[in-house]
Amino acid sequence: MIEQTQALRIFESMLLIRRFEETVIDLWATVETEGHRHVYIGQEAVGATIMELLREDDLILTTHRNHGHVIARGADPGRALAEILGRADGFNKGRGGSAGLTVREAGFLATTGQVGGGIGLGIGAAQAQKVKGRGGICVTFFGDGGLEEGIGFEAMNIAALYELPVLLVCENNSVGVTTGRAQNEWSSSSMAAETLGDVPRALGIATEVVPGESVTAVYDAASRLIGDLREGRSPAFIEMRTRRWPGSRSFNPQLVTGVTDLAGIWEPGSVTGEHSDWINRYDPVIGYGRELMRQGLIDRDEIRAMDERISGRVQAAREFALSSPLPSAESGLTGTFA
Amino acid sequence: MQQNERQISLKAAVIEAIAREFRRDPETFYIGEDVGVAEGIFKQTQGLHAEFGDRRVIDTPISEAGMFGLTVGAAVAGMRPIVEIMFSDFLTLVMDQLVNHAAKIHYLSGGGFRVPLVLRTAIGVGGVLGSTHSQTLYAWPAHVPGLKLAAPSTPADAKGLMTAAIRDDNPVLYFEDRMTYNLKGPVPEGEHIVELGLADIKREGTDVTLIAFSRMVHVALEAAEALAEKGISAQVVDPRSIVPLDTETLVDAVARTGRAVVIDGGHELYGIGGEIAATVAEGAFDYLDAPVMRVGAPHNPVPCSKPLEALMVPNADQVVAKVERMYG
Repeated sequence: MIEQTQALRIFESMLLIRRFEETVIDLWATVETEGHRHVYIGQEAVGATIMELLREDDLILTTHRNHGHVIARGADPGRALAEILGRADGFNKGRGGSAGLTVREAGFLATTGQVGGGIGLGIGAAQAQKVKGRGGICVTFFGDGGLEEGIGFEAMNIAALYELPVLLVCENNSVGVTTGRAQNEWSSSSMAAETLGDVPRALGIATEVVPGESVTAVYDAASRLIGDLREGRSPAFIEMRTRRWPGSRSFNPQLVTGVTDLAGIWEPGSVTGEHSDWINRYDPVIGYGRELMRQGLIDRDEIRAMDERISGRVQAAREFALSSPLPSAESGLTGTFA
Repeated sequence: MQQNERQISLKAAVIEAIAREFRRDPETFYIGEDVGVAEGIFKQTQGLHAEFGDRRVIDTPISEAGMFGLTVGAAVAGMRPIVEIMFSDFLTLVMDQLVNHAAKIHYLSGGGFRVPLVLRTAIGVGGVLGSTHSQTLYAWPAHVPGLKLAAPSTPADAKGLMTAAIRDDNPVLYFEDRMTYNLKGPVPEGEHIVELGLADIKREGTDVTLIAFSRMVHVALEAAEALAEKGISAQVVDPRSIVPLDTETLVDAVARTGRAVVIDGGHELYGIGGEIAATVAEGAFDYLDAPVMRVGAPHNPVPCSKPLEALMVPNADQVVAKVERMYG
């Protein structure tokens, strides 16, 4: 059961991710047009809820689609945005960029765009946690494509054999994807297994499948599995199924659903247009807002006030990032070795 | 040689270094295939499991990428692992974790993260093990910024370099030529560190500098003996670590003799030997009396049959012939 304060924190975190990502897309359309970025729109419920369940000493591995994880973990949005823009004040001095953004102080061990690579690194973090013996765990986020690489199988086998405290969070955002590369869209997953969980299940790993746009479902499954991990029970795997956000594109995500209008929470009839079905059924921010209102945990004015506060933070982050200088070229020639 | 210095094998010297560091640092552990109760296919982990147990000497499935991923993750999380990749031929299986993770995590994080690990692996040709258990692939990782490489030639250096590698805060690849495992030599008792990036003069000489590392140092020493009989005084310099490379000592040595041959147990084309040759040629150009020469393995896979296999190991005759050409 989610406590009221937790529920509100999760919702606020989701809204922060949404406003942050909308800003990322806007900046790329207007300021920085090169490079690639992988936004977290449509998956906010997963990152925000998992981070709510983690302790300070837990370790996290994430991927090229990391912005939501980093922000939800409490890292400063200004320095995160500066990193995404390749600025000197970014968390990684502009060396990592959007796909490599990582924050040591927040417990991120590494961010890797090598598909599936984090699954291998995560078992090492879990090994370190097990040796420490203080109940800390490792959470490894990866996409549905991550299981298509061989490293995932090897790492899951080792995690199961050594009973390592690792939560494997497979964010499957390919549900309902019918387009793919031909339409300049990300491709969909292509595993021969009927469900992705069949692979870890064959190795004896506890496995759950969860609708990833539902905070309640994510919370219930993740809190149970994380509790088991802290008590020393073998690795766990959750497939978080989310319906692909219609604006997702290779290299250039488009805000085809517009800047999120929160009126959709209290006035479902105001949601119109080509993508109204995605917004009404699969947008986690709109969906959870409606649920919290139904439960009487928040009202329209409080949501508006929250949004104003968050938008102010994101605006400040944007100004910070844009005012941060680009790194000097010679700064890139230092620090190859520790 | 001091009278009371004991003689132990290169393999025993490496194990001694590991055991000493394991007693000193509880964050260390050893992981690999058949490294525990079996003590390694060459007995290269003898005694470690008996002393340190299952928790610190860990057997893995046949999963090089998986075990190396574990090693990198554990290193970033604050431990100090040694991972054994049985043959350097199997570096092919860990390349993504090595090149795209271990080597880059420190730099790309902007310096926030460290990756203190040792990758221990066997190189060298001999014993008819065939083309995929006989390769010397150190040139591959040497090309990747962020990785250090050590390759000892003597038992004492083996102990000192392994100690330095374990204490280093970067990924260090440690290459042992398996044909030198039983080579004996004096090894200091107690703590012994050979800093990475410090070359060593293995033999003094005035006419030509032979640069070699790992097993090739012994080929160079043999060639130096043969050259002495011909009235040519050869100096033998062992870089000991490939990255970082002690450019200063190497250039200085070559400048003093005016001639150099680089001997590399790996394939000659596009190899470490070529890189060292170019480095000393640039640095000592004004002092050279002849072009810097290379001796390395031919550009074909290592065949299995004994007479064919022998073709793949550079020998003293080839080195002597190169030197004689300089005087031709």
